[in-house]
Amino acid sequence: MSAVMKPMAHVAPSQSRQWMSCHGEFMLLVVGLAAFMLFPQDLGLLTNMAAMSIFALSVNLVLGQAGIASMGQAALYGSGAYVAGWTALYLSTDPILGLMLGGLGGGVVALLSGAVMLRSTKLTLVMLTIAAAQLLLELANWASGITGGDDGLSGFSIGPLFGVWEFNFIGSTGYFYALGVLVLVYFLLRNLVDSPFGLTAKAIRQDPGRVEALGGRVYPHLLAVYTVGGLLAGFGGALTAQTSKVANLSMLDFQTSAGVVVIIVLGGRRRLSGAVLGTVAFMTIQHIASTLNPQHWLFVIGLMLIFVLIVLPEGLIGIVDQLVLLARRIGRKGSAP
Amino acid sequence: MTHRLRAQNLCHSFSGLTVTHNVTLNLPDGARTALIGPNGAGKTTLVNLLSGALRPQSGDIRLGDRSIVKLPQYARVRSGIVRTFQISRLFKELTVAQNVEIAVLQRHRASFQWWPSRSRNACVRGEVDETLGLLGLQSKAGRVVGQLALGEQRLVEIALALAMKPQVLLLDEPGAGVPQGEGGLIMEAIESLPKDLSILLIEHDMDLVFRFASHIIVLVAGAVMAEGSPQEVAANEQVKDIYFGRDGHAPAH
Repeated sequence: MSAVMKPMAHVAPSQSRQWMSCHGEFMLLVVGLAAFMLFPQDLGLLTNMAAMSIFALSVNLVLGQAGIASMGQAALYGSGAYVAGWTALYLSTDPILGLMLGGLGGGVVALLSGAVMLRSTKLTLVMLTIAAAQLLLELANWASGITGGDDGLSGFSIGPLFGVWEFNFIGSTGYFYALGVLVLVYFLLRNLVDSPFGLTAKAIRQDPGRVEALGGRVYPHLLAVYTVGGLLAGFGGALTAQTSKVANLSMLDFQTSAGVVVIIVLGGRRRLSGAVLGTVAFMTIQHIASTLNPQHWLFVIGLMLIFVLIVLPEGLIGIVDQLVLLARRIGRKGSAP
Repeated sequence: MTHRLRAQNLCHSFSGLTVTHNVTLNLPDGARTALIGPNGAGKTTLVNLLSGALRPQSGDIRLGDRSIVKLPQYARVRSGIVRTFQISRLFKELTVAQNVEIAVLQRHRASFQWWPSRSRNACVRGEVDETLGLLGLQSKAGRVVGQLALGEQRLVEIALALAMKPQVLLLDEPGAGVPQGEGGLIMEAIESLPKDLSILLIEHDMDLVFRFASHIIVLVAGAVMAEGSPQEVAANEQVKDIYFGRDGHAPAH
């Protein structure tokens, strides 16, 4: 599949890229608007999906593109959530400011922790990221005076978006806000992944030693990737906190870190679209299965994960690829004289 | 003739086992030097020491008149010493063009540019095409490297090094693992490299070595046992004994 697509992309890079250039964002917007029409009862869930997608995109960059074996991304996501909550409580209720500071919070935590951890690789790195996230979780638990401890950080309100649109009861403002940020993040990240910076990140994932033998510096590059990942995860966390009006310890815990890794593997870890698709699939199953059987809904996720790992190495996005290819083939046949 | 790369009295050992013993070598401008020696003689270790993947425990390495022995690998690469690997180390999920592009980007220190730019793309692509052209790889540009034949992967390995526009090129068995039929391709590529480039070639294939080299260094047990012109080395009794075997034929590897 990819072998068929890639040469075409190279032969006509400018045209195909130009056509592709807003494809993903456009799809997101269309699907997002369609979802708004079709499921007006579930705007809360859809909003969470959009925010979680941003988190998944961040992990796609860090883990899927650069190959940084992190199992502690919740630290960055949760940091963003708490910072956004604090911003609303103590500084300003402006959502954009909270979002920016939340991203900054995630980015700073990523920069500081990454500076220490990213000298390691593989299992050591996995353990360090888990440990760092666990430390942050315990710190948040201990400092219950400012984090609210087990009860979470709540009681803050978010002012109108751009000073115009109030976050209303049905949640449409929250949804369009989250969707807008998601589309923007997707656009920025897609260009980042296609840039020299992103290409080098992919090269480092495949063979860091080879990049060094070409005069590259792996550590600063990975630290930059991790920091950008922290920024994006912070955006995701901030959005979640702002739209659900709460930041709590579960956003920092291991299950959140592991869940988002499951999401990107499920969707397709090499592709940005896979991160979004994985989030939608994961949260839909979570929503439906947990209603049917609140105790054992992870069973379905586990089954799906096994299925994807064995049958679909490219993730669920691989199915979409096949469908698009099929549709094109049929379209070509149809248009042939 | 000026010496571009000089290594003086290099020593290195792995937990007590001496793998490089007092090696001194000079690569003049435009050198065509071959490094030969039996398996385990420390040839690849020497490449690692010269390229900076390993730091020698003692000795000096000079590029021109500047000591580079304390420089880390990336800095040595940036100063012009580039190596290839005995076992191809390529970015196998990326295309041939992308592989070369990564090298070009590193040379331009552009790997931190975080936005795709059309003008830069055109410039980088120009260099990528040029490099691929040197090795006759244009038609493979869009192929994913992992799907190429071994011989072609070896060419990409060389392409990555050439894209760095090196002053000194360390070729670690460029023909290793290449099926008989494709060996000529590699040799042609090596022979067509720019004349002013200084090359150190590690190779087991004696036909290839004698076709390529104007100077041969024989490394045995980490130390230089003999060196000189191909004729001198071929006539050296010690070399015949230890390396070529008593009957004068190269042993099969």
